[in-house]
Amino acid sequence: MSVGDYIRGSQIWKSIFRHPAPVDRRNRVVVMLTNFFLHLHPVSVKQQGIALSYTWCMGGITFFLFLVETITGVLLMFYYRPTLEFAFNDILALRDVTTLGIMREIHRWSAHSMVITVWLHMYRVFLTGSYKPPREFNWVIGVLLLVLTLLLSFTGYLLPWDQLAIWAITVGSNMARATPFLGYEGPGAQLLNIGGYDLITNGSDARFLLLGSRFVGEATLNRFYILHCVAIPLVVSLLIAIHFWRVRKDGGISQPL
Amino acid sequence: MTHLTHNPDLTSSVIYGLGWVYLLLFLMNAYWVRRSYAVDGNFRLSLGGILGKGEQIPVAAFWAVYAGLLLMLAVTHLTGANNPLQFSLKMPEILKEPINRASNPVAFFIGSTAIYVLMIVLRKWWTTPTAGWILLNLSILFLALSVTDYDFRQIVGKPDNVPIVAMLYIVGFFTWLYFKKSVDNDERIAAGRPLFEQENNEKVLTWPDLVYSELICMVLLTAVLIAWGIVLQAPLEEPASAAKTPNPSKAPWYFLGLQEMLVYFDPWMAGVVLPSVILVGLMAVPYIDFNKEGNGYYTFNQRKFAVSTFLFGFLPLWVAMIVLGTFLRGPNWNFFSPYEFWDVHKLELLNNINLSELFWIKGLGRPLPVVPPGATFAQQAPIILLREWLGLVGVAFYLVVLPNIMAATVFKKFYVRMGFLRYMVLANLMLMMMSLPIKMVLRWAVNLKYIVAIPEWFFNI
Repeated sequence: MSVGDYIRGSQIWKSIFRHPAPVDRRNRVVVMLTNFFLHLHPVSVKQQGIALSYTWCMGGITFFLFLVETITGVLLMFYYRPTLEFAFNDILALRDVTTLGIMREIHRWSAHSMVITVWLHMYRVFLTGSYKPPREFNWVIGVLLLVLTLLLSFTGYLLPWDQLAIWAITVGSNMARATPFLGYEGPGAQLLNIGGYDLITNGSDARFLLLGSRFVGEATLNRFYILHCVAIPLVVSLLIAIHFWRVRKDGGISQPL
Repeated sequence: MTHLTHNPDLTSSVIYGLGWVYLLLFLMNAYWVRRSYAVDGNFRLSLGGILGKGEQIPVAAFWAVYAGLLLMLAVTHLTGANNPLQFSLKMPEILKEPINRASNPVAFFIGSTAIYVLMIVLRKWWTTPTAGWILLNLSILFLALSVTDYDFRQIVGKPDNVPIVAMLYIVGFFTWLYFKKSVDNDERIAAGRPLFEQENNEKVLTWPDLVYSELICMVLLTAVLIAWGIVLQAPLEEPASAAKTPNPSKAPWYFLGLQEMLVYFDPWMAGVVLPSVILVGLMAVPYIDFNKEGNGYYTFNQRKFAVSTFLFGFLPLWVAMIVLGTFLRGPNWNFFSPYEFWDVHKLELLNNINLSELFWIKGLGRPLPVVPPGATFAQQAPIILLREWLGLVGVAFYLVVLPNIMAATVFKKFYVRMGFLRYMVLANLMLMMMSLPIKMVLRWAVNLKYIVAIPEWFFNI
């Protein structure tokens, strides 16, 4: 008996993989049903539905990039400290001295790629008319995921705490100042006052909520760090789960109806 | 054109790098020669009778000559990199000048809209493999030549801008692919044949047919990301300083389309209302598209309205605006041509004028109604409404009356099939989308700044 057969015959192996290797038709079906990671897929798919020139693979790539972001992001979190004192220097050290500092490069380029692949996924879904019934609501979830992807990228942009970071966030968040009713330079904000006291000031408006401060400062760094590393990824994970589940429930991957 | 510090158009590393680009392009075209020899066939060449009745020459010969030229270019660059000052293969001034002079926001927007229209009208022609290949080659040659310009290189070569260049190629490719596949399907539908997606459409097992492609895809992507990370360092500028504002200050690249809208709209419109409308509009798409055809396959003819509208929003109004905001907007958000130095002191005359000023001062020859300083809201309101009545009526007409007129005329069929509510959502989304090009044109044509200008209430449209 070879070592391989011995391992595959052991109780440990059999407790992990309930079935023989997927080398024949029966076990290729069974593996899709019994493996947690594979069970996202159906057992069989239409040949044209998975043709690369038809499906472009962009949704799958986006999900893969999300996983890359999670893994590299967690590694970066071991190293990076989100305070004014350390943030920039930690990034500098990642670039110059830290082993595997390339994680930051991979994280950043994957982030840019993810924005693009989300667009392309949406492009393909639109151009094949795949949002049409019965998939209307999954398209809506997809739009939410698009927004959250942009927000993930936007909040992450601040963390290196260099000139590029704070000014891009300053320019971006200045828009919130002009939110109708909720920004202190927005139309209608003046109407919200009680007995002559303005409710909406630069210390209480939408921009302040976003930045945690009147300007992009330490409070903003902390706020964006939590949003970037915890809050938004949690919501995104939930929505991805629903998105995938609904692909299966709403008739499977795109196909001519 | 002259600035004090002279920056070299060419350096050794640029020439050397271009050598590799041309070598890669040569290899791509060497493959194309083979392909062309197999499928493109021959043409007859007689050279005005010199060759008598003429010779049968394979089309591939053209590509072979072109590939040979590319190889020569590659060798020249790879061997001539030592002496950049004497290297003369670069974007000629004679081309730079007219391109620079013709570039401005008007030309850019009209150009990108024209490309969008041509893409749809000529979809049968530009989606052939040969046409696609020619476009790809032209764009690479243009980029390679442009990189020999110092100012162009400064902007396009920024590490964070590299993904945008890649995005342009990727979006271009997939748009090409879409039109190619939909032209094919539209012909099939017209001829009563089954769709491409319906032929050979047997069920296959997910293992191995799908999971193996996924594995290969993940391995390739991982390799690409690692290579990209090694070759290109993530940008890191000076430490943050609230006291030193960079000029220009730009948002992250994917928001630059919105930042470009700030030229035409106030922040509350460009930064809040219009982005919200875009998102709500996207979410509304499945509920306002009542067309049951074109579900799950590529087609243009069956979905002309939906696809044209979406492509207009995505290509000229989103992608092209990002390109404009990233590559062509410099200090003070002034427009800079592709080969122009980003001069902080460039002055652009702004003599924009509000609609109320046009009406009262230029039209009636009277001064604007003035709001006395320190007036309460109740005192302000009638004066402001009088001052801005034309703009307010105009906006109300645009958003309230116009949809009804369209319902009775151009969109009559839509209105009947969609019902009141869904039609109104569609019409208003369309009008909001068109408000950007409309404001652009008004700005260029009559220097219009605001249609409604109520700075007292931060309410400018």
